[in-house]
Amino acid sequence: MRGGASLLTRRGPALLSWLLLAFAIVWVLVKAFDQGFGISGNGPQFVITALNGVSLAALYFITASGFTLIFGLMRVVNMAHGALYLLGGYVALDLVNHGMGWWGAMVLAAVITGAIGLLVHQALLRWNQGQDLRQALITIAVATILADQMIVHFGATPSSLTPPAELANSIGLGLYHLEYPVFRLFIIGAALAVALVLWLVIRFTRFGMIIRAGVDDRAMTSALGINVPLVFGGAFFIGAALAGLGGVMGGTILSLAPGQDDQFLLSSLVVVIVGGLGSLRGAAVGALLLGLIEQLSAVYLPQQFTNDSILLTFILLVVVLAVRPQGLFGRRT
Amino acid sequence: MKLTAPLRLALAAALVAALALVPAVFTTYFTSAVAVRALVFGLAAVSLTFLAAYGGIVSLAQTGLYGIAGFLMARFIVTNGMDPILAAVLAIAIAVMFGLLFGAIVSGSEGIYLLMITLALGVITYYFFSQSGSFGGHEGINGVSAPGFVGNPVTHPAAIYELLLACSVIAYIGIRLLARTNFGLALQGVRDDPVRMRALGFNVRLHRTLAFAVGALIAALAGVLGTWADTRISPGTIQVSQVIQLMTIAVIGGLYRIEGAWVGALVFTLLDTYTRGITARFETWIGIVLLVILILSPDGLTGLAHRVFTMVAKRGAAAPSPPPCAPAGDAAAALDPEQLGTGSGQRQVAR
Repeated sequence: MRGGASLLTRRGPALLSWLLLAFAIVWVLVKAFDQGFGISGNGPQFVITALNGVSLAALYFITASGFTLIFGLMRVVNMAHGALYLLGGYVALDLVNHGMGWWGAMVLAAVITGAIGLLVHQALLRWNQGQDLRQALITIAVATILADQMIVHFGATPSSLTPPAELANSIGLGLYHLEYPVFRLFIIGAALAVALVLWLVIRFTRFGMIIRAGVDDRAMTSALGINVPLVFGGAFFIGAALAGLGGVMGGTILSLAPGQDDQFLLSSLVVVIVGGLGSLRGAAVGALLLGLIEQLSAVYLPQQFTNDSILLTFILLVVVLAVRPQGLFGRRT
Repeated sequence: MKLTAPLRLALAAALVAALALVPAVFTTYFTSAVAVRALVFGLAAVSLTFLAAYGGIVSLAQTGLYGIAGFLMARFIVTNGMDPILAAVLAIAIAVMFGLLFGAIVSGSEGIYLLMITLALGVITYYFFSQSGSFGGHEGINGVSAPGFVGNPVTHPAAIYELLLACSVIAYIGIRLLARTNFGLALQGVRDDPVRMRALGFNVRLHRTLAFAVGALIAALAGVLGTWADTRISPGTIQVSQVIQLMTIAVIGGLYRIEGAWVGALVFTLLDTYTRGITARFETWIGIVLLVILILSPDGLTGLAHRVFTMVAKRGAAAPSPPPCAPAGDAAAALDPEQLGTGSGQRQVAR
C-alpha cells in the first residue's frame, strides 16, 4: 500500500498531465467532428485551424531554434532574441521598399541580423563568458536599446511584407475542396529545411562536431586546440540570423510592430522551457505544442474564455515544469 | 571608521525622519512625481532584491505579481464597490497565493533558468490582463479610490507618501529580521549551495517557494499602494518594458543589497523626471545606463559605494573592519565585486 502511494505521488503529475493532454485532444476532436466527417460539419474548420497551428509552430521553431542553439553551446540566454526577430523583419521591409525582391531581402536581412548578433557577442559577451546572469542582463539592455531605436527608424505603425508572387496564391488541399495560402505551407517547409540542415550540420560536419564537443565540455574542447571563440562567434551569427529569418517570415504572415519583439521573445522562451534548453528536438516539440494550443484554443475554447486563452500557455508551462523541470528533452545540468 | 550598532541605528532613524519631511519641504509636484513614484518603485524593486540577495533567485515575475494585486484590488473597489482596505488585503492575499504557485513552478530550477521562467510568467500575466475582458482590457481600470485617510493622492500626495515610507521601513526591517530567523538562514544556505542543503535534509524547493511568497507579499504591497497613488492601473503598468525597468532599477542600485532597491529607484525616477525634456529617447538611454553599470560595476551603485567605503576604511585602520552595510549572512558574498557573475547561475554550470 505504501509502495503504491509513493508510486502515485511520483508518477502523479506525469499521469495527470497525460490525462490533461488526452482530455484536450478528445475535446477538440469531439468539437471538430460532432457533426460527422462530411463537408457540412466542422471538419473543414478543423483542418484550417490545425494547419494554421502547424504553420505558426513552424515560425516559432525557426525563431526558437536560434535561441536554443546559442544557449546550448554558450549558455547565453539571449534576451535580445525577440528584438533581433523584429529587426530582421524591419530590415527586409526596408530592402523591399528600396526595390529589392522578397527572396533577396530575406537572405540579406538574415545575414545583417546575424552580423548584428555577432557584433553584440564580440563586443559585449565575449569577455564575460561563464557569467550567465550578467550576460542575460546585458542582452536585456541590448534589447531595450534595439527596441527603442527601431521605433525611431521604423515608426510605431504596424506594417507587413508582401509575399513573393510565386508564393502569394492559395492552392487546393484536395480535402473538403479547401484552399490554403501557399506561403504558410512554405513556412512549414522552411522550418523542416532549417531543422534538417541544423541536424545535418550538427551531426555530420566538423563544425557540428565542435559544437557538440563544446556543449559537453567547453574547457576540454578548448584545451584540445580548437578555436572555441571562433566557433562561438559562428554559432551566435547563425542563431541571430535564424531570429532574423523568423522575423522576415513572421513579418509576411503576421505584422511588424513594436511589441512583436516581446511576443516572440515570450514564444521562444516558452518553446525552449517546454522543450528543454539547448535541444533541437525539444524546440520542435515545444513549438508544435505552443502553436497548436494557441490556434486551437482560439476556436475550440468555450466562447466566454476565448480572451483568456493565454492561460493555456501558462498551464502548458506549469504542467511541463511540474513533471520535468528541465523541459521535455532537456538534460539535467 | 567602524560604525557601532547604536550609531548605525541612530543614523537610520535620522534618515527616515529626514525622508518623512520631504512633502513639507519640497513642492507637491516633486512629492508626487519623484518621491511617491520612487518609493513605489523601491518597494517593488526590493521584492526582487530580497529574492536575489537571500534566495539567489533573480525573478522577473515581480511586476506580474504587482499587477495581480493592483488589478484585483482595482476591480474589487471599482466594480464590486468594496472598501479599499478590505479590497487591498484580499488582493494581497490572492497575490501571495499566486506567489506560492509561481514559486512552486520555478523552485525546481536554478540560476538562468529561473530568470527565463519568471520572465515568461511575468509576460504571461501581462498578456492575461491586456486580453481578458474582465479587467478593462488595454484601458485598464480607472478611478480607483484610496482609503479615507489617504485622501486624494493626486492633489495631496503627502498622506500616500508617508504611508509608502512607513511600509518601506516595515519591509526593510522585516526583511532584515527575516534573514536572521532559521528560515532566513536556511534560505541563504540554499542560495549558496542547494546540493549541500539538500543533503543536510533541508527541503530546497519549499524554501524557494516560501521565499517567493515573501517576495510576492512585498510586490503585492507595492502594487496596492502604487495603484492607490495612481488612482488607476492599466496593462501598460506591467508590460515587458516595465519588467525591464524594474530590473534596471534593481541593477542600478545593486542586485544583492536590499537598500540598493530604493537607491536605484530614486536615481531612476530622478532621471526619468528630469531628462525626458532633454531627450525623446529615454528608453535608449536607460538601456545604455544599464549596459554601462553591468560592464563597470555589476553590483550597482551601492556595491560601488561599499567598495569605496571599504577602501577608505582599510587605509584608515590596519585591521579590516566588517562590511558596514551588508546583511548579516551576506558578508562574504558582499565583498566579492564579481558577485553578479559568480551567482547561483554560474554554480549550475560549474557543478
